[in-house]
Amino acid sequence: MRALGTWEAMLAALILLLYAGFGFGIDGFLSPYALADSTVNVSERLIIAMAMAMLICAGEIDLSIAATMALSSLAMGLAMQAGAPLPVMLLAGVATGAICGLLNGWLVTQRGLPSIVVTIGTLSLYRGLALVLLGDQAITGYPEALSLLGNGTLGELIGVPGLVVPIEFGIALLFAVSVAVWMHCTVHGRRIYAVGSNPVAARFSGIAADRYRLGLFVFAGIAAALAGALLTGRIGSTRPNLAAGWELDAITIALLGGVAIQGGRGSMVGVLLAAMLLGAFTFALGMLNVPGIVISTILGGLLIVAMVLPKVLPGRRPRAG
Amino acid sequence: MTTSGFKLSREASLLVVIAAIVLLVGWRAPVFLTLRSALDVANESALLAILVAGQMVVLLTRGVDLSVASNLALTGMVCALVGRSFPSLPIAVLLLLALGVGAALGAVNGLLIALCRLPAIVVTLGTMAVYRGVAFLASNGAWVSEQDIHAGIKALPRTELLGVPLLIVIAGCVVGLVAAWLRWGQAGREVRALGNNPGAAVYVGIPERTRLLQVYALSGALAGLAGVLWVGRYAIAFSDLAAGYELTVIAACVIGGVSIAGGVGSIAGAMGGVLFLGVVNAALPVIQVSPFWQQAIAGAVILLSVALNAGSRARASLPILEKS
Repeated sequence: MRALGTWEAMLAALILLLYAGFGFGIDGFLSPYALADSTVNVSERLIIAMAMAMLICAGEIDLSIAATMALSSLAMGLAMQAGAPLPVMLLAGVATGAICGLLNGWLVTQRGLPSIVVTIGTLSLYRGLALVLLGDQAITGYPEALSLLGNGTLGELIGVPGLVVPIEFGIALLFAVSVAVWMHCTVHGRRIYAVGSNPVAARFSGIAADRYRLGLFVFAGIAAALAGALLTGRIGSTRPNLAAGWELDAITIALLGGVAIQGGRGSMVGVLLAAMLLGAFTFALGMLNVPGIVISTILGGLLIVAMVLPKVLPGRRPRAG
Repeated sequence: MTTSGFKLSREASLLVVIAAIVLLVGWRAPVFLTLRSALDVANESALLAILVAGQMVVLLTRGVDLSVASNLALTGMVCALVGRSFPSLPIAVLLLLALGVGAALGAVNGLLIALCRLPAIVVTLGTMAVYRGVAFLASNGAWVSEQDIHAGIKALPRTELLGVPLLIVIAGCVVGLVAAWLRWGQAGREVRALGNNPGAAVYVGIPERTRLLQVYALSGALAGLAGVLWVGRYAIAFSDLAAGYELTVIAACVIGGVSIAGGVGSIAGAMGGVLFLGVVNAALPVIQVSPFWQQAIAGAVILLSVALNAGSRARASLPILEKS
């Protein structure tokens, strides 16, 4: 369970290879603006993928995470229509996300239900509520500051003209690094791995497993709210189908990053690298005019190959259990 | 299994709930109680019933098949393309083609899950993306529109057998066969045993890999069948066909009391789940509730039914600390 292993090294090498290969192949791919653009698509996904990876490490899953994004974006929109200033809007979004996560966590820990079923249910429920409240309408007209959050660069924010790193990516990277440090370098993170690899043993050794699970679901809700706020700022509108299907993207990123779906194993650095890899890949294929559905096909294939390879190659990663 | 009494009451209670909804809606709008509207609900639910029958068998083995909707889209697209190129092909050949292509796609899942020992949720998540993408590539992203759909495929949903629409007949046959297989077939019994206790099932000599392979191939074949019927019903084939429908299929199973943890679930219950979703979807417009409520209601019902399930299961003796 090291943060850096063969898998992470391979992902890093793939990223370098990808940038080098496409840099030679596509004109302007390595220009600072293109590089900055290549992070845009992945920033919000990185945030929910980190939260998803934490949950998977703890032996849980949250399929409602993208629906939570839609619902918290809707809460921001409704707050704006009620005349709230930006901080209150953000607060409304975060509170909605936390409540969504709390409901998931409560059902899983207090009612003893499997998280996959609970979150299939809440996926329908949250997305359905967004549909009920919005219908086929969209909320637009978000304040300039929110749009800056989604579209601006760090350079614009602090007044350095050459710094083209998007604010979004800065936030996502900070978020991801904090999660990685927390999971790998604090006792809480280690306990989450323990809960995931053997819940009964973890409970017997005095870890408040349910408290960690509940906390992780709430955290996933808040992460979804953050990602939802950034996405809303970037595209400037709230629709009921905001981020539809992103729960599967988040799971794909987590698993490509080397997180074991059985729980208890996986490095957060790997997840960060996997997100970067997918971001670069998606952007490069987009520049080559490859349709989005083909890109997701390739990603699906990659996911399977990534799972099959360790099983087929001899002498790699002996199975722990 | 000591839970057979509880299961029976659970299916009965689902029926009571459905009957209550039907009567309440019928009281507000008598048109809902006519045979015509019952046939409409059954016709709408027929495709879902076929998919649910396959998914339920997969869930019994502690697996899940997230790729059914993509399989449906790809097989539907293949049948539409073949039908367009060979308009003289008899419809029976196209139906066999659908079953074959669907089963092959399902077997790919099965091979990866049974032979490579990969988790079903990850494998089918991957193939879900791959199959839909291949459907896109197969048609170069173009739609196969109404005039290009094979006449035989288009005729399927309009055909009636003794006054009953063919879709309902096919769904009835599929559901009956799967129920009989699970009840009386040796392989069917073994599938349930496998989900109840995989370790014990292997010890008593149940061929785990073969059964898993069969189960995913079956789910795939049924998804393929649903695909060609779907194309006929809506007279169009495109790569986004039935996008996201896999969750509706799983929802119907869960509402019907099929356990995601495997081993528990009856075909009658699963069909109750299908009927419930069908009745709710048909009832909402009748009582002038916005159809936007559909999804939220389905979600709330899923949560309610799993909570009820778990409540009944908690009575069985579980280790103090174990949660699931």
